[in-house]
Amino acid sequence: MASVTENELKSMTQEERVKALGMTSEQLTGRSMFMEFDPGETERFEYPWAPKVDFNKRTELDSDNMTSTEVNTEIRKLMNEGYGTIVLKNPRGKHSLAVGILSKLNLIIEGSTGYFGVGLLDGPNVRVNGRVGWSCGENMMSGTVLIEKNAGSTFGAAIRGGDLVCKGSVGSRTGIDMKGGTIIVGGDTGALSGFMMQRGRMIVCGNAGKNLGDSMYDGTIYVGGSIKSCGVDAVEAELTQVDKDWLERKLKLYGLLPSKGVDHFTKVVAGKMLWNYDNLEPTEKKLIL
Amino acid sequence: MCGIAGLIHRGKKSTVGSEMTQMLQALKHRGPDSTGYAVYGEAGGGLVMRLKIAEADDMDRGSGIYAELDRRINAVDGILKEHGVKVSKKEKVTDYAYRYEYTFTGDLGKLAEHVEEVEGAEILSIGKGLELIKDLGDAAVVSEAYGLKAFQGTHGIGHTRMATESDVDIRSAHPYWAFPYNDVSVVHNGQITNYWIMRRQMEKKGHRFTSNCDSELLAVYTAHNLSLGTSLEDSLRQSIGEIDGVFTYLVATKDQLGMAKDTMAAKPLVLYESDELIAMASEEVAIRAILPEEIDTSDPYDEEVRVWQA
Repeated sequence: MASVTENELKSMTQEERVKALGMTSEQLTGRSMFMEFDPGETERFEYPWAPKVDFNKRTELDSDNMTSTEVNTEIRKLMNEGYGTIVLKNPRGKHSLAVGILSKLNLIIEGSTGYFGVGLLDGPNVRVNGRVGWSCGENMMSGTVLIEKNAGSTFGAAIRGGDLVCKGSVGSRTGIDMKGGTIIVGGDTGALSGFMMQRGRMIVCGNAGKNLGDSMYDGTIYVGGSIKSCGVDAVEAELTQVDKDWLERKLKLYGLLPSKGVDHFTKVVAGKMLWNYDNLEPTEKKLIL
Repeated sequence: MCGIAGLIHRGKKSTVGSEMTQMLQALKHRGPDSTGYAVYGEAGGGLVMRLKIAEADDMDRGSGIYAELDRRINAVDGILKEHGVKVSKKEKVTDYAYRYEYTFTGDLGKLAEHVEEVEGAEILSIGKGLELIKDLGDAAVVSEAYGLKAFQGTHGIGHTRMATESDVDIRSAHPYWAFPYNDVSVVHNGQITNYWIMRRQMEKKGHRFTSNCDSELLAVYTAHNLSLGTSLEDSLRQSIGEIDGVFTYLVATKDQLGMAKDTMAAKPLVLYESDELIAMASEEVAIRAILPEEIDTSDPYDEEVRVWQA
């Protein structure tokens, strides 16, 4: 790092100061580190103790008079009996339904779930015919979750993998702290979506609220509608042909491809001006603080 | 954490007391300390006053408390008479809670202040439609004690409280009446971080506070704005800029129900709207308690303000 005097630093813009002090090692590229879910790699997604289920073996579970704990225990019991397709009826907005399923399963929830629904998943395919409350799909590792109606706030918080899809609109802080996977929103999303996002991709077909991608480290957000405002260190980037192809493929998969295509989408990435983990903290940093 | 709920029937009356009880009971886990209702019926042309003359734990002070309560309620009756209040009905609802139906044409603020000079007396509400009920315990307990099952009305708001900022007592329970404005009540879920600054400003303007609960500020703030001729919707919108913290709150008037959410949208609210009924609650499970069929609901966004007409 070239030596910089205090006077020189004072006359610089914030961006020039950061570069002069070696606090960023990367040019803005919009690059996103992500891994595609590969269904062929079964060994990566199956635990040795996972129950052997048959997708053609189907059963229904009426949760009307059951607690969330009883429902979750019953789902595990049915999986151990080999049921690969479970239809959950009358969830009536109960919280923490169908959480912690760590192996393959085809789960259909006929109705709406409350808070913390389908969290901590690793492998199952879930379809919710109704709406989901706050923190749906939190910490998902792999699999697919498809919500037919709206979702609450912190949708897909800290997910690591898989596809989390909401055909309606979602609340605030969607994909907060997400570290992989894909979140797809058919409608609008609220404020601070993608806050401190680290990896993965988020697609919002409608409008995004204020402070989109605030303090994001990496990852990519695509927005089809308007963006109220971008957050700190979230910047617009060029939508490349690779992006467009990926968007088309992904949105078509869930029946959410807009009739006018994807050319109008805005791509938002980390500006990486706050990104200095790989550098030794320069002593000069104190000068600009 | 606290749970809030509200519902409004468009153009018709329903058993709102019973409906609110079902909603609030479903939210019990969000706040088991106390439960409160502000329900709106019809008082037959006059005014309804809900009053408490002691806290629930005052009843543990021994048998002498009953004589003391008699003294207090007689003092209240004396003050009402002194102001020319024509009481048509007086009900003793619990040992320390009373309900009056009356007609009065004088200064309501002065009357309320005078009544509250009686030791332990606090007016919970005065209104042409509003009846504000709050006590310790869950919704089923409070509803049973205050006979809310049969209450007919157009709309209501309610609250289950988990005390975080002030004591577990009726004084700090929600809803709050927007003293001294007829029929205005508030429930709140959140924390107001500029409470003391705002409270001092309101006190300088002559408003009174009965508790140290930050939610009372919203009632006083709303009352202040309404006294200046501000509409409910404008008051709600203005509050988002002036009140700091994380909050979602509901305000009900004689024929309106409004909601406001802070800039961070950090406190939840789930909303159901149809042509006949609008219902909202901190959790969908409360709405499902009165609407078991499949319904479409949504989350209001940050800085969102909505007002519905009965």
